[in-house]
Amino acid sequence: MTDILIRADGLSVGFPIGGGIFRKDVLKAVNNVSVSIEKGSFFGLVGESGSGKTTLGRALLKAVPITEGHARYSDGEVDLDIASLEGPALKDYRKRAQLIFQDPYAALSPRMTVRDIIAEPLEVMGITRTREETDARVREIAAKCRLNLEHLRRFPHAFSGGQRQRISIARALVSGPQFIVADESVAALDVSIQADVLNLLKQIQSEMGLTFMFISHDLSVVAHTCDHVAVMYLGRLVETAPTRQLFAGPRHPYTRALFSAIPSLDPDDRGKAQKLTGEIPSPTNQPSGCKFHTRCPFAVDQCRAEEPQLEGDGSGHEVSCHRWKELMETVPA
Amino acid sequence: MNTLIDVQNLTLQFRTDEGLVTAVDNVSFTLDKGEVMGLVGESGSGKSVTAKALMHLNASNAVYSPDAKITLFTEDGPVDVLSLRKPAELKVVRGGAVSMIFQEPMASFAPAMTIGKQMIEQLQLHSDMSKAQARNLSVEMLDRVGISDAGKRIDQYAFELSGGMRQRAMIAMALSTKPKLLIADEPTTALDVTIQAQVIDLMKDLVDEFHMGIIFITHDLGVVAQTADRVNVMYLGRLIEEGPVREVIRTPKHPYTQGLIAALPKLEDLDAPLTPVPGDIPSPLERPPGCVFHTRCGQVVGAACSSVAPEELAIDDTHKVACHIYSEAGV
Ligand SMILES: Nc1ncnc2c1ncn2[C@@H]1O[C@H](COP(=O)(O)OP(=O)(O)OP(=O)(O)O)[C@@H](O)[C@H]1O
Ligand SMILES: Nc1ncnc2c1ncn2[C@@H]1O[C@H](COP(=O)(O)OP(=O)(O)OP(=O)(O)O)[C@@H](O)[C@H]1O
Ligand code: SF4
Ligand SMILES: [Mg+2]
Ligand SMILES: [Mg+2]
Repeated sequence: MTDILIRADGLSVGFPIGGGIFRKDVLKAVNNVSVSIEKGSFFGLVGESGSGKTTLGRALLKAVPITEGHARYSDGEVDLDIASLEGPALKDYRKRAQLIFQDPYAALSPRMTVRDIIAEPLEVMGITRTREETDARVREIAAKCRLNLEHLRRFPHAFSGGQRQRISIARALVSGPQFIVADESVAALDVSIQADVLNLLKQIQSEMGLTFMFISHDLSVVAHTCDHVAVMYLGRLVETAPTRQLFAGPRHPYTRALFSAIPSLDPDDRGKAQKLTGEIPSPTNQPSGCKFHTRCPFAVDQCRAEEPQLEGDGSGHEVSCHRWKELMETVPA
Repeated sequence: MNTLIDVQNLTLQFRTDEGLVTAVDNVSFTLDKGEVMGLVGESGSGKSVTAKALMHLNASNAVYSPDAKITLFTEDGPVDVLSLRKPAELKVVRGGAVSMIFQEPMASFAPAMTIGKQMIEQLQLHSDMSKAQARNLSVEMLDRVGISDAGKRIDQYAFELSGGMRQRAMIAMALSTKPKLLIADEPTTALDVTIQAQVIDLMKDLVDEFHMGIIFITHDLGVVAQTADRVNVMYLGRLIEEGPVREVIRTPKHPYTQGLIAALPKLEDLDAPLTPVPGDIPSPLERPPGCVFHTRCGQVVGAACSSVAPEELAIDDTHKVACHIYSEAGV
């Protein structure tokens, strides 16, 4: 029996929108998501841009309020109800759960040296007592992220996008967290450094037994690093499966479309990717039934009327589509 | 003449507390109208800095070499980009004939202004459109980059959009002025692959419609394969290989390019380990003598690699490489 580190149950996040003080519309960015993340796993989260991946990650870190449903964190030492965390328990959770940002430019203060950026969480959380202790810890983690002493003295503007991302990673790891949400953390890196950082993350993960939620648009990277993958569309999980199973046989029409659009390395494949057509739905004005029906090539009347629910086959592979079984037989992926 | 921009002997250094840092080292290339050039290379190799030089937009501590020359060919004649000083002169390379999609979407939108307000201002600055016309065009462009409910989204702030939406809003803004040269710096890193395909199609349409030239900076070699005509590869400020996309991807000549392609995670083989180019990137303050790549190269051919900087050599009419494996000095 494996331990579950994070368990979300019917989790939703709504943002008030519509200008002025009297914001009355609600944008439901995450909608009724239930998911379990095993301790020590590399859990991949993929899906459409704007589908709620970052918001889900932030909700699990209690960086945005959970508006409905529950989420629990239990690492053997503590068992926490994330939605209701406050005061000292919240402070404690901040040490245990960290975010590596999507946009390293926005994340790094331009007026702080790299050393101070990495050291800040240690000081704010009161993890180290003396400057020497802080410096030692900063240097250790910086070296792990392949930043040298000279880098530590500089300001972030002097770094390339990729270098900045390694600074963000060092900052996130410095407090010794258990759970890390890595949001597009390697998107800015060239493929060689990406491979290097991924190997680094995997190594740190296995050495320190960390659990990662890995949000990425790069499906080849996800395929190579994650144990389990969930696919999001318009605030919902539409498919979730062990990585190999998902890539060997995607079941949801959205997942299939996604996989077929992975740009091929062969210049002669131009124009061969399957294109999605139809209206891209808005989270403030959601379609009836299956949220994908406006763009799904296989939609039938039932899809427009009834919302499908995630259903499994006992193998850990779950999908929410009325027609998946029949499509698996008739339409090869 | 079909040349859109001509870059000659671009060397660019930054003054820092620790001394002069060389970010770009004697780079020359040209881009034709209607051509899409992929620019790839190591993180920190100088791609963004090179791109910003084309708009004369580098930080105030930047020092250009005296013989560096960047010429933009516009309808009103050639423009010597590095001689532009006043804001009015610079307009042509900053949103006029040249537009850039910046690598950092958050940094490109002012936090306290809606994205619409910024798009409209930008359009009005570079055209004689009325506010209403500018707004309509902005909504249309947001729609074309796949933002649903664009009429409402336009009145939101950047922080209210997802990472990929911000990136698309920036693409929409850069394309709305119909530039002759589009510099796209990692424009699709925050997009899922279906939206990415849509955005790339839009760019290609504009290449066909207006003969727009694109410099496409990306580390995604799949995207390069699907969009670029030619590819330039940079390493530590040097241009080390250039050629037609098919040749560079199928038969890379430079050991760094070969390493880059080998480092790609392959979907066909999930058991294969990820293999980065071995070794550490040298600090830009201590650039290796000879070939800048020799400290990490597995194919060093002799003493020349660590002492003589390899010249760019023609493999054939269109494919060039700077590496001693192919030169007299190396054999
Ligand atoms: N204002 C500055 N002052 C000092 N050094 C700088 C400055 N701007 C850039 N640099 C340095 O110039 C070099 C090239 O940076 P650049 O941003 O062009 O890299 P890049 O190829 O775009 O990398 P990435 O793929 O990571 O975005 C880096 O070593 C960077 O640290
Ligand atoms: N602070 C906020 N205020 C209002 N709406 C928000 C806020 N943050 C996110 N949203 C909205 O929530 C939805 C989901 O956004 P989120 O950033 O979670 O998407 P994502 O899946 O991470 O997308 P991407 O792949 O583009 O990063 C979007 O419609 C976005 O506009
Ligand atoms: S339920 Fe219908 S519309 Fe939704 S994905 Fe399945 S086939 Fe397509
Ligand atoms: Mg996101
Ligand atoms: Mg860059």
